[in-house]
Amino acid sequence: MSRSLRGAAAIVGVADACSPTGELEHFGRDLETRMVLEALEDAGLGLADVDGICHAQSAMSFAEYLGVHPRFTDSTNTGGSSFEVHAEHAAAAIAAGVADVVVSVYAATPRSDRKQGRSFGRVPPPGPNPAAEWEWPYRLRMPIGPYALAASRHMYEYGTTSEQLAEIAVSTRRWAELNPRARFRDPITVEDVLASPMQCSPLHLLDCCLVTDGAGAFVMTSAERARSLRKQPSYVLGAATCHDHMMISQMPDLTTTPGAVSGPAAFEMAGVKPDDVSVLLGYDSFTITALLHLEDLGFCGKGEGGAFAEEGRTAPGGQLPMNTNGGGLSYTHPGMYGMFLIVEAVRQLRGECGARQVEGADIAVAHGSGMVLSCMSTLVLGSEATL
Amino acid sequence: MSDRAVPDPSPASAPFWEATRDRRLVLQWCTDCDQPVQYPRSFCPRCHGSCLDWREASGQGVVHAATVEHRPERMGETEHYAVVLVDLDEGARLMANLVGCEPGEVHVGAPVQVTWEPLEDGRQLPLFELRRG
Ligand SMILES: [Zn+2]
Repeated sequence: MSRSLRGAAAIVGVADACSPTGELEHFGRDLETRMVLEALEDAGLGLADVDGICHAQSAMSFAEYLGVHPRFTDSTNTGGSSFEVHAEHAAAAIAAGVADVVVSVYAATPRSDRKQGRSFGRVPPPGPNPAAEWEWPYRLRMPIGPYALAASRHMYEYGTTSEQLAEIAVSTRRWAELNPRARFRDPITVEDVLASPMQCSPLHLLDCCLVTDGAGAFVMTSAERARSLRKQPSYVLGAATCHDHMMISQMPDLTTTPGAVSGPAAFEMAGVKPDDVSVLLGYDSFTITALLHLEDLGFCGKGEGGAFAEEGRTAPGGQLPMNTNGGGLSYTHPGMYGMFLIVEAVRQLRGECGARQVEGADIAVAHGSGMVLSCMSTLVLGSEATL
Repeated sequence: MSDRAVPDPSPASAPFWEATRDRRLVLQWCTDCDQPVQYPRSFCPRCHGSCLDWREASGQGVVHAATVEHRPERMGETEHYAVVLVDLDEGARLMANLVGCEPGEVHVGAPVQVTWEPLEDGRQLPLFELRRG
């Protein structure tokens, strides 16, 4: 028997940091702490209220640094979708009375790290590692290679074209033009995308997300407590996750992600249909990633994502506003982008988005994608009116 | 290729790598559900049976997905090489490089056959080439 999380919890505070230069002054725990404090301030809460910590590397060491002793802890790492998973877990914990105020945080500064020669040491996964045996010898470039393979299969099965993939980059850039904090704001055309250097066929440079510094945090609490706080709550209407592989050579179907499971499950819990969605924040590590979400979440049929992306349907003024902050393609992408989906979803629901605000946005979907199309997590958020 | 990662066998996959010394492509096989198990494991992830055996594969298959990597080299030259997923006739899917062809010949759906590249320890790494004609 499954219990619905609908309306039990709400996101009450958000923060994010990024810069048009792609670089941030702070890094590491310092930057994470700044994000947490800013998100708590946004909510009108303080560190003393926090009894749950989510962190995609180590909730324990971060809680130690903060001086918080949480009763709910979650160090789940599903790659870029980690923060949607954290939101789902946090909502479940809050609904069950296991936690009251949960914080999730993320910071990464790949641009500055490279410039400053900072390295934080990578721990190899425990062996035997199937990827080292069955994939690494073939020098598939990461993370782009698996997405290129998926795109090649989508083109073969459905006739999807490079022009159609490029449309996604073009529409997303049009949103970035409206966001003064976005990394890239100059308009681009389909021709620009196709003329940008090929990386892994069929994906060009402008089919790829940015590499920038970035950080963010969100605060979640019970719906009841949310109503007494500073900002208008963004209620969790639905949340669901699914993963089906870790290596691309093990993906059951290269053209269907586990979002085809998590999406409908989250929509069902929320009681919404794709047509009801005001804003889609769909993880865009690459153009093909976003295209697959359009299909798997049911905004169009399987194989129809290419045609759907045409004619600016996901651009400002289009039928489905998608990645209104400018996305991983043009806003920011420090490596695990899922946090920024949630932050933008909340800001849209609150009406805080200025020139890029979607009029009357009351249902926003943050759909995270982790690893190599491996783990999808769908979070449906709604304003008070949708309860 | 000079900078290949050398595959490190697991206990379950040792027979696969041993057979490559004779340029034989073998697949772990579940005799309960009569299907290949790739990658090799201590049980069948499909039917959860544990009656596992090894079978000789034909080495023939079809390209399921393909990408040509455009990797800028230090001296300004761009290096091209193809990475493919191959569906073997027996039903298993392998990642490999497609070799002996031009980037423009790399297509999803192309029929391919196995070829081998020696590793320093006497094992051979399976690669694929186009079946021509
Ligand atoms: Zn079996």
